[in-house]
Amino acid sequence: MSDSAVVTQTNGGAPKISKISEAVIRIAGNSQDGIQAIGGFLARLAGRSEQEVMTFMTIPSTISGGPSIFQVRIGSGEVLSSGDEADVLLAFYQHSYEDHLNSLRKGGIVLYDSDHVEANPEWQKNYHHIGIPISSLTVEAIGGTAKDKGKNIYSLGLIAKMFDLNIPKLEKLVTERFTGKDQSIVKNALAAFHAGYAHSLGGVLETFKFVDSQSKAGQQVVMNGNEALGYGLIAAGVRFGAGYPITPWSDIMELLRRELPKYGGSFIQTEDEIAAISMAIGASYGGRVAVTGSSGPGISLKTEALGWAVMAEMPLVIVDVQRGGPSTGMPTSIEQSDLNIACFGGHGDAPRVVIAPADVEDCFYTAIEAVNIARKYSVPVFIITDQGIATRIEAFPEPNLEKVCQDIAPDFKPVADHKPYDLSKPDGITQHLPPGTRIGSGKYPIVTGLEHDELGHPTGSPKLHMQMMAKRRKKLQALGTTLPTPKVYGPPEGNILLVGWGSTQGPIKEAVDRSRAAGDSVSSLHIKHLNPLPPGLDNIFSGFNHVLVVEMNDEGLYGFGQLGSLLRSRYCDPKIRGITKTDGLTFKVKEILERAKANVAEGLRKM
Amino acid sequence: MSTTTTQIPLRTAGNITAVASPAMPVPEDRKGLTKKEIAADHPTWCPGCGDFSVLALYFKLIEKRKLWHEKITTVAGIGCSSRFPYFVQAHGAHYIHGRALPFASGISLSRPDLHVFVFGGDGDAFSIGGNHFNHTARKNIKLTYCVMDNWVYGLTKKQTSPTSPLGFKSKTDQWGAVDYPINPMKQAIAAGATFVARTTHTNPNHVLQMMEAAMDHDGFSFIECLSECVEFYEGAFDSSNPRKGGVFNAVPPTHDVTDEAAAYKLAGEEFPGSFGIFYKVNKPTKNTREAGINQTMGEKFKGLKDWQILQKNFDRMK
Repeated sequence: MSDSAVVTQTNGGAPKISKISEAVIRIAGNSQDGIQAIGGFLARLAGRSEQEVMTFMTIPSTISGGPSIFQVRIGSGEVLSSGDEADVLLAFYQHSYEDHLNSLRKGGIVLYDSDHVEANPEWQKNYHHIGIPISSLTVEAIGGTAKDKGKNIYSLGLIAKMFDLNIPKLEKLVTERFTGKDQSIVKNALAAFHAGYAHSLGGVLETFKFVDSQSKAGQQVVMNGNEALGYGLIAAGVRFGAGYPITPWSDIMELLRRELPKYGGSFIQTEDEIAAISMAIGASYGGRVAVTGSSGPGISLKTEALGWAVMAEMPLVIVDVQRGGPSTGMPTSIEQSDLNIACFGGHGDAPRVVIAPADVEDCFYTAIEAVNIARKYSVPVFIITDQGIATRIEAFPEPNLEKVCQDIAPDFKPVADHKPYDLSKPDGITQHLPPGTRIGSGKYPIVTGLEHDELGHPTGSPKLHMQMMAKRRKKLQALGTTLPTPKVYGPPEGNILLVGWGSTQGPIKEAVDRSRAAGDSVSSLHIKHLNPLPPGLDNIFSGFNHVLVVEMNDEGLYGFGQLGSLLRSRYCDPKIRGITKTDGLTFKVKEILERAKANVAEGLRKM
Repeated sequence: MSTTTTQIPLRTAGNITAVASPAMPVPEDRKGLTKKEIAADHPTWCPGCGDFSVLALYFKLIEKRKLWHEKITTVAGIGCSSRFPYFVQAHGAHYIHGRALPFASGISLSRPDLHVFVFGGDGDAFSIGGNHFNHTARKNIKLTYCVMDNWVYGLTKKQTSPTSPLGFKSKTDQWGAVDYPINPMKQAIAAGATFVARTTHTNPNHVLQMMEAAMDHDGFSFIECLSECVEFYEGAFDSSNPRKGGVFNAVPPTHDVTDEAAAYKLAGEEFPGSFGIFYKVNKPTKNTREAGINQTMGEKFKGLKDWQILQKNFDRMK
């Protein structure tokens, strides 16, 4: 619970109730215990209570079973990361207890299932221990048939008690979740929840109550990044997609397969990654921007077809939910190591657009932006997210769907004449006519991967190759000039500028807040448009002594991460250095601060 | 078949998805296209190449069936024969090696108003694109695929192809090919293609017949068309050409095209084998099945605007 945990009330001899502004709860168990469900309920409750929330989960890459955690940070103020340290640890097994106690802050509370966990007396000195036979009490509450099934809901009751959560709202969430299933399942779930809530936590302990949050205008919705991205694509008007299953991209594919038919669209599961991108490009050629996506090795497989889309100037959206690489790598770990392949993957000079959303809400709006850039500039657009954003749950203000949703149905109006690759346009932007369009001149265009003339017919002309190459480059340069210069978080001048992209935005901002509170001169900059880069970054960099690029990838042969290298080659500025890591976990605020300090000290020595 | 101007075989109404299809055209009195209007670039093939006759017969098909420029889409991968779309005055795409089928499937599945023709060679179809061939066939995606089989890689100048017979001397098999060739007809039948036909460029009337039948088939229609490479495999198909002393055996009239085992037997005949439709069955296409899903779902959300459908999801996430 944050430093702002303030007023403490004492109610006679009863356990005291502390008012808190935020809490970090870590639930540790096995992947089949339904701990994600507890986290999901808490996150959605926060969303319905105008609170901010961010979750973090790890899942084993095994097919079934294995240790798993779900961490929820709920706050009445702004929540920027899922929290470095937990205030409460709920541990179902001995391994959950032993492996995760070190994630608990000193003086934190560990709530453990005493049916499975034996507490370590040494640790009891530093942490509040509350042992509750969760497994057997659950069986007692709902009968033996449920066995392990209901203990997550029972624990939700315990947590609800501890944090004085809104019971009617939680009951409604539990009921909604199980509605449509057997009525007895809803009954059992509620019985387990009430039993947990009614269980006495003992006089040992204080309980907590969240202070009222600053009321936010309007409703909040709660979802994870993959959902936000999928729904964003639908809002953008995408009605066709193709993909091949791979973790963690599959969620988006499953969502689109389920949802698109409602809108008269289709999502096709193909035989492989190459077929997926090819089918999507074919549908884009058919007249309406289509989507494909993947993770890890799947992205590598798509690069040849991507090069074709660049050459033929075909609009396309490619989602890359990054995971640990190279090769099969770490399928369920977090990494930001696909920036290079997104910007440069494939043979030849093949400029394309790359955008990275910063959080769950941003996934929704980035999807729409990507579709619109693809359409306007007739170019493939990468949306790169990562395993962190993909699976974390956040609450955000509900979008005005009536306003946001767009219709991008193609126009088949006959035209007199058409040259898809018109070289006379100064910005180099191509607009294709979809098949089905009648062309009065009787001259029809071909789309091709060969270098071509203005009608798409092949050419070996050195002059045309240079002109077409420039055309494909120029249109992205034109796009670059329209991009907004990102805003500096914190003062626009100072000692250290932390630069980030993608899911690290939250922890980086929190690092800025903390170090400024401690009197250090630190600001941050989040870059969303990675290729082309927005204008004005050099001006921003010039206001700082150190520009440290924080990213979850390897420092490479020359000591810089992937965005770090890109910025160095773009701005030739030796004060751009990197803070990188590849442990497969999100950046902790503490880590960023410590690494920044060390980097600056070392950087000064070198300078 | 017909003399009217709406020549694209209209599929069942339930087959139309809303993905991107324009309203079906109002029958309009337009003259059919002349060969001059259909021809685009002059073909880059070697003089005497079998592909010339396949192109000429594609033109004939367009003329005869009064297809319009904008209603056909010609797609190809990479190879000599895959230069095809440049020579046709219509919307077309020259895609990457081996992947023409999934590209064409994307068009077929999102644009039911178009007829999609895919042309390619044996390397494109059975080597680099082998997996796509199997899956497009099994999904029964509505399109016509004509493979101009010359038993050799021509564009790269004489390497062994997946259909090169054992012993064929190429630059990659100086001592003669050692790998057993693929039998395209068997491959197609086994993969689940619903229309499987075989023809040869030396019999133009037969090529046209097969193209027409393939175009009219509602499903994945596959034609293997022998097409001689005069440069790198001269005389490969002489024994199927009566003018060169060979025999052209039509599929016997007694053959039951719905009998898979009989079709497989025909496919196993010693070269030159038989020519004609080996296998043809009617099965719902992928296009129809997807449209069926859309229809069912569409009824549940009848009368709602797109944003209202999405709103229903968002309401559940509060």
